[in-house]
Amino acid sequence: MSSAFSTFLQQVINGLQLGSIYSLIALGYTMVYGIIRLINFAHGDIYMVGAYIGFFAAGFFGRSFFPTLLVAMVGASLLGLTIERFAYRPLRYQPRIAALTTALGVSIFLENFVRQFVGPNYLPYPRIIKVTQIKVGDIQFSNIQLIVLAVAICLMLGLTFLVNKTKIGKAMRAVSFDKDAARLMGINVDHVISTTFLVGSSLAAAAGVLVGITYPRIDPYMGILPGLKAFVAAVLGGIGSIPGAAIGGMVMGMAETMVLGYMKSSYRDAIAFTILIIVLLVKPTGILGKPMSEKV
Amino acid sequence: MTRAKSLLKVPVVLAALALLYLGLIAGFSNNPYYMQILNMAAINTIMAVSLNLINGFTGQFSIGHAGFMGVGAYVAAVCSVFYKIPYLIALFVGALAAAVVGLVVGIPTLRLKGDYLAIATLGFAEIIRVIIVNIQKVGGPRGFLGIPPYTSFLWTYLFAVGTVIVISNFINSSPGRACLAVREDEVAAESMGVNSTKYKVVAFVMGAFFAGLGGGLLVHLLSIAHPTMFTFLKSVDFLIMIVVGGQGSITGSVTAASFITVVSEALRKFEVWRMLAYSLVLIVVMLTRPQGLLGGKELTWEGIVNVPGRLRRFRLPKVGGGRVGTAGH
Repeated sequence: MSSAFSTFLQQVINGLQLGSIYSLIALGYTMVYGIIRLINFAHGDIYMVGAYIGFFAAGFFGRSFFPTLLVAMVGASLLGLTIERFAYRPLRYQPRIAALTTALGVSIFLENFVRQFVGPNYLPYPRIIKVTQIKVGDIQFSNIQLIVLAVAICLMLGLTFLVNKTKIGKAMRAVSFDKDAARLMGINVDHVISTTFLVGSSLAAAAGVLVGITYPRIDPYMGILPGLKAFVAAVLGGIGSIPGAAIGGMVMGMAETMVLGYMKSSYRDAIAFTILIIVLLVKPTGILGKPMSEKV
Repeated sequence: MTRAKSLLKVPVVLAALALLYLGLIAGFSNNPYYMQILNMAAINTIMAVSLNLINGFTGQFSIGHAGFMGVGAYVAAVCSVFYKIPYLIALFVGALAAAVVGLVVGIPTLRLKGDYLAIATLGFAEIIRVIIVNIQKVGGPRGFLGIPPYTSFLWTYLFAVGTVIVISNFINSSPGRACLAVREDEVAAESMGVNSTKYKVVAFVMGAFFAGLGGGLLVHLLSIAHPTMFTFLKSVDFLIMIVVGGQGSITGSVTAASFITVVSEALRKFEVWRMLAYSLVLIVVMLTRPQGLLGGKELTWEGIVNVPGRLRRFRLPKVGGGRVGTAGH
């Protein structure tokens, strides 16, 4: 195998790993946007809080992976529920700009709260899983990369099952299609919206823990950029579409790794927003998005 | 309103502004630190009023205002450092560059319904920062040093007043009314023949222009431009000013910009607490009074000259309503 090609494959593996993280965060964005048309700016910070909960849970559970992941997901989903209940629900019938501003406020609050009460510095993430390198031909990858990918795929399959095969999933799709009609059909809309925040936040927390074990350090501002990029991923895949968010996240991760591998690394943060501008110019509904009709 | 009262308007307002300027100079010019705060208050006024045009009056959601400020700042600085262009022209070129960038960002995003502008402006501000960091000629990540300190309080004050006059006249003009219509109901505005994309872009580009102007003033005040001066958190500062002051109130923006500049300066030692407090203010104001503290109310000439009349009515509560200083046009 030529070395250029194996370098490329190496980048693809790295891209899939980063892409799984973006996909998990993007799913929460797209679900919330699909259901209440709100860009939940605090979503990236829920991912950050999830990573922090995982950090402390790992110390408590003697560094075993699944309890840590579970506790982080439960903790973050409670946070998501609280935010929805107290910050977003009172504004549901106000102009959208009010809810957006509040979301931004919640985001800044979470960052500075963690910064003030946990500390502003990088924390080294505990080594929950022992790293072993696996070599296939010229390509080298770690067991962590496999675990990240596997956990992400399992969670996404679980989400697909939840949305397509269960009663609450059906209710979610109904509410996102038409909130008022759903209410007339006897669906408890508040309950469905809460569930959406719960599921989205737990996925973000899972992404936080996975990032923690891959790049073993966390800080209070770690959620800002991945949050924004995941949102762009959701727009790229078609905002409101769950498979779209998964695909968009993967594409975003891949694009970023390629920029890192073949161009100047300082451009890595610009690529996401370049993609965004291109999507908005060429196909604003995204890869899998349906054109939205205007309701008066 | 009688004709005599409205004839008085321009000279009295100008005299009041001149008096305010002289008063501020007389009160603070012996203390450079206070003058600096006054300068910052004036620049923040420009930023808040121009952001209010986009967010408050046109109902869009831009959260990358610091990005336009950065464009104006760096372009103006390059003009006066490398090309030795006179100060005022350099400021103008910087503002124009910010407006052109605003056009480039605005056209693809503003034709869409929904909240794409928020994320696009945020992303664009980030791209600008990355580009600036990668240009070694302007100092890259080290910052751009040695910008001549041309900005004085006279200029920041004049430009702040100018910005307020231009934007408040714009809002009361026909295109300005179209912007308000777009804010109230985009679909209804379109059905009345308002080209909503056009007016959104006009307001956005105008906002970007004044943000660029503010940036140019700022770097010629501090004689340094640094990429970290134009981050997302800076945009949030401006957003908080218009939210607290009232989205859709120029009076509110001016008051809140000046007030928050002073408060921030006083709380400089408690940076994290300040951000915590800001975020809570943002949330609580939105939850309890989404229109902001002043809502859409303005301090107007009509409001002031009618004060005696209102006071009279106050004593006889059964006559007349309690309309307080709304724009009476």
